[in-house]
Amino acid sequence: MNETNYSDLFDNLLPAFGETLEMCGIALLLAVLLGVPLGVLSYITAQRSICQNKLVNLVVGFFINVVMSTPFVILLVLLLPFTRFVVGTSIGPEAASVPLGIVAIAFYARLVEGNLHAVDKGVIEASLAMGATWFRIVTNVLLPGAFSGMIRGLTVLAVTLVGYSAMAGIVGGGGVGDLAIRFGYYRYQTDVMLITVLLLIALVQVIQTIGEKASRKVQK
Amino acid sequence: MIKFDNVSVSFSNKKGQLVNAVKNVSFDIEDGEILGIVGTSGAGKSTLLRTVNQLQLPTGGKTVVNGVDVGGLSGGDLARFRHSIGMIFQQFNLVSTKTVAQNVAFAMEIAGRSRDEINRRVPELLDLVGLADRADVYPNTLSGGQKQRVGIARAVANNPKILLCDEATSALDPETTNDVLRLLKEINAKFGITIVLITHEFDVVKKICQRVAVMDKGELVEIGDVFDVFSKPQHDFTKTLLSHTFDLDVPERLTLDDAKPLVKIIYNGEKAEDAIVANVVRNYGVDVNILHGKIEYINDKPFGILIVQLIGTKDNLDNSLDYLSKNTYRTEVLNERN
Repeated sequence: MNETNYSDLFDNLLPAFGETLEMCGIALLLAVLLGVPLGVLSYITAQRSICQNKLVNLVVGFFINVVMSTPFVILLVLLLPFTRFVVGTSIGPEAASVPLGIVAIAFYARLVEGNLHAVDKGVIEASLAMGATWFRIVTNVLLPGAFSGMIRGLTVLAVTLVGYSAMAGIVGGGGVGDLAIRFGYYRYQTDVMLITVLLLIALVQVIQTIGEKASRKVQK
Repeated sequence: MIKFDNVSVSFSNKKGQLVNAVKNVSFDIEDGEILGIVGTSGAGKSTLLRTVNQLQLPTGGKTVVNGVDVGGLSGGDLARFRHSIGMIFQQFNLVSTKTVAQNVAFAMEIAGRSRDEINRRVPELLDLVGLADRADVYPNTLSGGQKQRVGIARAVANNPKILLCDEATSALDPETTNDVLRLLKEINAKFGITIVLITHEFDVVKKICQRVAVMDKGELVEIGDVFDVFSKPQHDFTKTLLSHTFDLDVPERLTLDDAKPLVKIIYNGEKAEDAIVANVVRNYGVDVNILHGKIEYINDKPFGILIVQLIGTKDNLDNSLDYLSKNTYRTEVLNERN
């Protein structure tokens, strides 16, 4: 076992923490910006829903399923050309954010869709009876009704992303998880692994607590 | 006027079987009337009601509202058409994330009313349904009756010509049901809104409807003035539906005593207020033993059922039965006489 240079470790730990937050933050942002519309699209185009469209529903569902069923490590590599096209480089935390973001979008779209299904169908019927358009139903009934659940979903997503981001090391993404693998695992520095894992646990706890508080606060 | 013209609705259920929910139903609903559609659950009344605002498309025939074939509407035309039809539901279906006032305002926003108009009208509507003081609370803090009042305020917000009520009182206790029915009656009288009400309880129909349509297994089996249908049901299904009102149970030992005729007297209208039973006692010298009875008031017209035992000589009994059958709505002898 190698001697651990603690000052060296902390010099590495801080930027790694920043990288984790950066990667997960970008992915979360993408999930909210694109995953929500995608989830809504999947819900409203389903059979007997308010804006039925078989083709769109099929395409959206296929995209989500493909992304969710491909192992993240494989996705990371498969998406390299796309990543290079989008951010101009295929290494570093920005590059890792692309596949992470894609997974986040698909994952969150499914979670959002599930929350939309939990909204009372009777209220949707009442809105239709009043002559509401699908867009008004989405903005006035569905999204507000699913909001609390969507925040809880975002918490689940954030925690999952922290886990996924550990694999970002493959494309030089860095982050705390990567640190744990490189120092703790490959170099047999068990103490480093322990510290980084504790840090990750703390991060997850903080995310979970904030998420639950927020979700409860918006519940009517 | 709403016209159901040979309306049929069939769809495949979750198991893939074809269900004929509504079969060739034809009848008209006049402007300004309160019409009830009764039937057991699964009779197709809810499905039929939903063809009025195209929540359900007929698969055969058509539903015509004020000359417009509802099934032919789509897009903006359908939306505008729906603004002129209010609807209330068994489970109220209020938006839980909006306050009472916002729920009512929502209907007006959908119809494209101006902010000014909404701000002016919402308090009026809440006043109408007696919830002015609950404007800013969320629906989950309201009782069932209050929720339905919000539903009613929302449904009439855009001055609709028609109000559809889908089992609107079925989730409410009897007292609250009466309050809500009174409110509906008031709205009908005040604004002349046509009300179509579906229910599985004949009691509800009796309280506010002028006419009633009876449905069974997707078919219209009977339609007419509530008083007529109630007092003279034509169809077996209607009779079954009404049986709890008509079957006044008397102990079996009384029906077995065939020397003393057990008579069910049904009387209605003006005659219900005459002293018919007293006349029998006075004029024919028979004793009348009252065993059971009740009087219902339908649209303010009395409708009574009385079960009596007559005691007297054969001639006197025959004469009194003759008098009764001539002067009452219907007289039935419940036990076999020899």
